[in-house]
Amino acid sequence: MPQIQIPSPLRQYSGKQASINVPAKTVGEALAGLVSQHPDLKRHLYNDEGKLRTFVNVYVNDEDMRYLQKEATELKDGDTISIVPSIAGGGTI
Amino acid sequence: MATISDVKPAEALLSNDEILRYSRHLIMPEVGMEGQQKLKAAKVLCIGAGGLGSPLALYLTAAGVGTLGIVDFDVVDYTNLQRQIIHTTADVGRKKLDSAADKLTAINPYLNLRTFDTKLTSANALELFREFDIVADGTDNFPTRYLVNDACVLTGKPNVYGSIFRFEGQASVFATEDGPCYRCLYPEPPPPGLVPSCAEGGVLGILPGLVGVIQATETIKLILGQGDPLVGRLLLVDALGMKFRELKLRKNPDCPVCGTHRTITELIDYDQFCGIRGQEEPAGNDIPSISVEDLKKKLDAKADVFILDVREPHEYQICHLNGYLIPVGDLPKRVSELDSSREIVAHCKMGGRSAKAVNFLRRAGFTKVYNLTGGITAWAERIDPKMPKY
Ligand SMILES: [Zn+2]
Repeated sequence: MPQIQIPSPLRQYSGKQASINVPAKTVGEALAGLVSQHPDLKRHLYNDEGKLRTFVNVYVNDEDMRYLQKEATELKDGDTISIVPSIAGGGTI
Repeated sequence: MATISDVKPAEALLSNDEILRYSRHLIMPEVGMEGQQKLKAAKVLCIGAGGLGSPLALYLTAAGVGTLGIVDFDVVDYTNLQRQIIHTTADVGRKKLDSAADKLTAINPYLNLRTFDTKLTSANALELFREFDIVADGTDNFPTRYLVNDACVLTGKPNVYGSIFRFEGQASVFATEDGPCYRCLYPEPPPPGLVPSCAEGGVLGILPGLVGVIQATETIKLILGQGDPLVGRLLLVDALGMKFRELKLRKNPDCPVCGTHRTITELIDYDQFCGIRGQEEPAGNDIPSISVEDLKKKLDAKADVFILDVREPHEYQICHLNGYLIPVGDLPKRVSELDSSREIVAHCKMGGRSAKAVNFLRRAGFTKVYNLTGGITAWAERIDPKMPKY
């Protein structure tokens, strides 16, 4: 079963879990399964039109899904999906 | 591989004192005399003297980078000391630039330090960047991140990037000649309010140390022309799991600033681009609110006021007003716990989250709900000076 890695800014919406296993054949199915398990994640991952937000990148293993088949990217057993949102923290300016 | 065109190692001869100082570099074939002279000839601009900027500036200075520029206009405060290791308790209240300058020149008197006591803006960034070889981005907000990226692409300077949140960090090298830029990774910033800032979300104090030292390492490698830089790779650091992962980054042909059909050819208004109108959403004027003084009067008069605390449980542990705790994110599903017939005063740390809560409750039919202006911080400042501030 593919595993989805949840980044720390979003863990408050995933029941504090850092990774979640979701049965799915494609990336789209996996993300849909994730937000149905954790509905609070939905507005953080998708905009009002139901499209993935532009500051949230989704990787399959180490490859950006935008350069695979996007949501239609097929998953194999043991694949890891990473949600990588942009973060801005650092110093003070 | 990025090359630093302005570096003229032959002009940067080392004195005998410097040769002794850098001896552990000089006996390494990867650095050697030639590498050390490249470091001395190099000009690095560090944006920010905060969490990431502290280790960056300290290590670059110790390593012998000849010219270091620092841009910062902030003043050291007590909440900085947990992670901004270039500043000490005695520096609280001083300009970060002055505090940093003392430490850096004490470490390495050969440093040519250039301080820029200003906010980095679209008006000054290009001119400033042109005077340096490499830019190290230690900022803490999206408008400046996009500004640094775009200015690096437009001036052709590598952008050594690091970013942190809570216990996770990211690092990469953007805007090299053939490599991707920050916008290739994230074309647009998140809308304000959707992603918490460090001030709201917190950050583990050692994390900027980890990530800032990675940035310093990449900077040194770019100057030396040694090793594999983090070009086209995004390094993810998870300090809690102590896991380092690497993701592939590609140059996006549709990137608005470095792609084949560029739409951004000059710097823009980055506050507007990031959707920031004012600072940190001051509670809107239309939100019914109450001052800490008026709340105190009501409580002293034993009026029937229900205090709703919409912060997180770990904040409640620091200080509280004996309020009823429902974190703002849980409010929609726990609204039935509240009695709409009672007068409710909602508060958070500063008044931003509780303003959202008041808005939500008003829409849900609550008519006697008010926002505590300035939050528990205002209470600690003006009513109860013994209460800790955080
Ligand atoms: Zn780009």
